Amino acid sequence: MTHLSTTGVTEILAMASDFPFEQWHGISFPGIFGMMAVDHMHRYGTTEEQLALVAVKNHDHGAMNPKAHFQKRITVQDVLSSHPVAWPLKLYDCCPRTDGASCLVLTSPEVARKFTDTPVHIIGSGQAQDTLSLFGRESFSTMKVTKLAAQQAYGMARLGPKDIDVAELHDCFTIAEIIAYEDLGFCGPGEGGKLVQDGQTRIGGRIPCNTSGGLKAKGHPVGATGIAQAYEIYLQLTNQAGRRQVSAAEIGLTENVGGAASTGVVHVYGRGD
Amino acid sequence: MEITRTAIKPPDDEFVRDESGSIMPTVENFYKFCAQRRLMGVKCTRCGAVICPPRGICPNCFSEKFEWTELRGNGKLLTYTIIHFPPAQFQALAPYAVGIVELDEGPQLPGMIKNIKLEELKIGMALQIDFETALPKEWPRWPRYFFRSSS
Repeated sequence: MTHLSTTGVTEILAMASDFPFEQWHGISFPGIFGMMAVDHMHRYGTTEEQLALVAVKNHDHGAMNPKAHFQKRITVQDVLSSHPVAWPLKLYDCCPRTDGASCLVLTSPEVARKFTDTPVHIIGSGQAQDTLSLFGRESFSTMKVTKLAAQQAYGMARLGPKDIDVAELHDCFTIAEIIAYEDLGFCGPGEGGKLVQDGQTRIGGRIPCNTSGGLKAKGHPVGATGIAQAYEIYLQLTNQAGRRQVSAAEIGLTENVGGAASTGVVHVYGRGD
Repeated sequence: MEITRTAIKPPDDEFVRDESGSIMPTVENFYKFCAQRRLMGVKCTRCGAVICPPRGICPNCFSEKFEWTELRGNGKLLTYTIIHFPPAQFQALAPYAVGIVELDEGPQLPGMIKNIKLEELKIGMALQIDFETALPKEWPRWPRYFFRSSS
């Protein structure tokens, strides 16, 4: 993706949205998440500083990941003073476009045993769809697909948000991570900004999120992102995450969204040893 | 050989119609009404839901029977953003505002917000629809609507 200009990528990514009523009226993809952010700020008092703190945290985590696109720390001031893209989202509120690949070996628990003593099991899986476009929804500050997919995945795993030790979230824009906290039940509706502000989603916090650096710092090679999230959880649950290891991580979660949260997938993982 | 594609402003009788002659509830027909400077939605003949933009199936009761209904084009701003990095064809306009408007009749419609200072945008403000006078050069050349302050 890095061979294209900003304008070229903006056009291509906009194709994941509604053509006749979003693209045709100049609504870019960051614009869709910008409208979610404005709604969240208006409804709950979420601040631009709280959005910035998601980026700062994910860059801190990315700085400990030798495979991250950005391994450089940034400050809240760097984010706030970066160029606006779709206000209130600024350059550092947006994930980069990244070239990358990822893979995993998916097999039955019995076969996995032949290859490794430390498999990771998918113990919950959920998927949901919503409207392609944002404008017809009842709420712009929540992602119904994440809520529904999480319900299914938690139900299958017979676990809840309090059981999750580490999570990889789809932080395509900083607001998307804050909304994901709420939709996954890591905090109540409208409390996502405070959760990151209190450091609860950092390594060492109550529920470390995006220990890889997330889409923001690890990078967003769009088609490879979902599997890359599973890879990070694999590292965490097998105690191979190095400097960013979450201590005693037993249960992990990944949350991935497609389009403007038009489709959402949540998985819950457990240690197989 | 160079191919020239000349778009012609569609006359009224070029609406896409079904076998019975009714104007079908399509996006294309929605924009043909915009060419007449009319904001049209469809009303479900089974449950009465007013839907704009039109859809082929009622999201409320799944009926496929509709009649067109004209909307006043007044509403309030639900959310917005200011685009600084636009897709190519909108570059000359940046920065510009886009938002989602809840129309008085109920439907929620996105669009550009024009003729207003960006710092004066406010959630809940009253907006009304207006229509561009020139056809866009780009395919599919649908006449664009936009929102402006109703005060």
